[in-house]
Amino acid sequence: MAPGSASAAWLESVLRVFEPSLPAAPGPSLGGLARSRSAARDELRRTGLPPSRQEAWRFTSLAPLIAVPPQVLPAPERGHGPDHPPANGALRLYWDGVKDPLAGVDLPAGLSRLETGAQAALLGTVLEAAGTAGSWMVRFNAALAGQVLALRVRGNVAVPLELVSDCGPAAGVRPLRLLLVMEEDASLELLQVHRAADSSLTTVVMEAQLAPRARLRHGLLAQGTDVSCLLAHLAVSQAPASELDLTMAVGGWGLVRLEPAITQLQGAAVTRLRGLQVARDRQIADLHSLVRFEGPEGQLDQLQKAVVDDAGRSVFHGAVQVPQAAQRTKASQLSRNLLLSDRARVDAIPQLEIVADDVRCTHGATVTRLQQEELFYLRSRGLGADQAARLLLEGFCDEILAGLPASASRWEPARALLHPALPR
Amino acid sequence: MIRPDAPVLLEIRDLHATVGDQPILKGVDLTLRAGEIHAVMGRNGSGKSTLSKLLAGHPAYTVTAGTVRYRGEDLLALAPEDRARAGVFLGFQYPVEIPGVSNLEFLRVATNARRLAQGGDELDTFAFEDLVRERLKVVQMDPAFLERSVNEGFSGGEKKRNEILQMALLEPLVAILDETDSGLDIDALRIVSAGVNQLATPDNCILLITHYQRLLDEITPDFVHVMAAGRILRTGGKELALELERRGYDWVDGGLASSDQADTGAPALEVV
Repeated sequence: MAPGSASAAWLESVLRVFEPSLPAAPGPSLGGLARSRSAARDELRRTGLPPSRQEAWRFTSLAPLIAVPPQVLPAPERGHGPDHPPANGALRLYWDGVKDPLAGVDLPAGLSRLETGAQAALLGTVLEAAGTAGSWMVRFNAALAGQVLALRVRGNVAVPLELVSDCGPAAGVRPLRLLLVMEEDASLELLQVHRAADSSLTTVVMEAQLAPRARLRHGLLAQGTDVSCLLAHLAVSQAPASELDLTMAVGGWGLVRLEPAITQLQGAAVTRLRGLQVARDRQIADLHSLVRFEGPEGQLDQLQKAVVDDAGRSVFHGAVQVPQAAQRTKASQLSRNLLLSDRARVDAIPQLEIVADDVRCTHGATVTRLQQEELFYLRSRGLGADQAARLLLEGFCDEILAGLPASASRWEPARALLHPALPR
Repeated sequence: MIRPDAPVLLEIRDLHATVGDQPILKGVDLTLRAGEIHAVMGRNGSGKSTLSKLLAGHPAYTVTAGTVRYRGEDLLALAPEDRARAGVFLGFQYPVEIPGVSNLEFLRVATNARRLAQGGDELDTFAFEDLVRERLKVVQMDPAFLERSVNEGFSGGEKKRNEILQMALLEPLVAILDETDSGLDIDALRIVSAGVNQLATPDNCILLITHYQRLLDEITPDFVHVMAAGRILRTGGKELALELERRGYDWVDGGLASSDQADTGAPALEVV
């Protein structure tokens, strides 16, 4: 069978196994999903998986994807993932795309389930604003997801929220969909955790709408294995004076692709993006970000890092769009990459589209190895070569990991991403 | 403190070394006994810094001839970390900034590596905090620097204090201080020098690498060696440094000419 037909067969099998799950899906959360679902399925059947000739997928092999058994990833009967309690007083919600994560949960003040009507009206609007509603990852998720976790945030939510999807040692596909509506002056700290141990595919689409002066501190921490895949599209629309602080740290996945798509609807908002990708063996870590300013005086501060070892591969594509209306935009984008082997590969592609003339936009990319002078300095103080290299590596990653919400400490992000083989 | 019967800690014999294909050291001889403070002076490019880094095990240098024995053992056979654990310390001319690595954590790991090698126990976080706060006094360093990344954003003086703090924690037997005075203002020079004086004991020895007399006004050496073209050309007491300050390095170049005759049999080492 030709590779093309293998991927088409895999896709068809996945679409079939998820077909019957929609009518049976529980809860009030179908919302606006149904109307887009059949269209997405038809479109996917027509286009198949994204071909490597498509620019956005040029560097990203989908081989790990079609090795995932085309079946619904079973939800665990009881207990999910770790037995450790959340840190920092966080509220932990378990997310498997089948059960209702809010069932039996007392939500803290300021956080509530979004009403069905509002959900139906709002679902898809953030994607439309970002112009990514028709992107492959969004369409794929729309074709499978049978449930939306939809939350409204009002005022300052004092309790940090932790949203955990742990596929555990199970095989199959898990679609997840999140809609977050943040009202004026609302603030929330959200940590999204994804873990997988077996041949699984997690597809997640998040839409977050930030009203004026809303503040969202959002962390995504994802630890996988060689045979697991994660596709996450994170769309955020920002009204003026809102602040988004998004930190994404991923490692260990056979294939992981993150697509943060941020729209400053009228400019004048603050966007801070931090990313860390760790890839070893033959793993692929891909981050395609899109930040669009649709009005003046917006700010972006983006730092993307990668650590690549063995024959691992990291892709960073950072689009920043500053049209004529976005005067006095201040945007900086930096990509810093650490190569630990001769076979490792990094593709860092900034894509700044600047039409406005009165702006300050900078970008840069570096690819380095561990610095010999730094290693020697540490060794000259009695640290072994391995220990010195480990410390430098952790130091390189710390700048990003320190930006995760405080509750992330319980998940030991540095150990999880850099030294997954070490015992806890 | 010169005691002829004190044990020899470091013995360098006819040391030749290259970086790439370039010969840098061309026959260095030096003996350091416990309790002694030695100063090596010389122009830029004379080989002073090469000597210090080589002793610490920097991978850029290749020893082509000669020996270095530390307490009778072959120092050159040891990896850099094993030299440090055994008690050889290099205070860097340009201490390296390491973003993201906590200074406190780094100092603790280093101290424990040395303690373990000495047959002691590792210090836990709390015991180490007590120790480091006490040793901070040696260099009058602000504890806030413990919370920062290693040397990151430190001024020149703060970096050098951090080096001497490490010396205070590691308690080396041979401390090589490579241009510890560079980048220091007068006050910082006094503080750092006072720290070194405090750490000099009858059981250890110190090798100061410097361009200038001013460091030696603060730390009185027992021996001064003048290095040029990869060799030690003159050795004397502290008055040699004063003479060097007065007469300049051109004076040494005369010695270099005479030492070139060493190849024809004349003595290379002139003791003043």
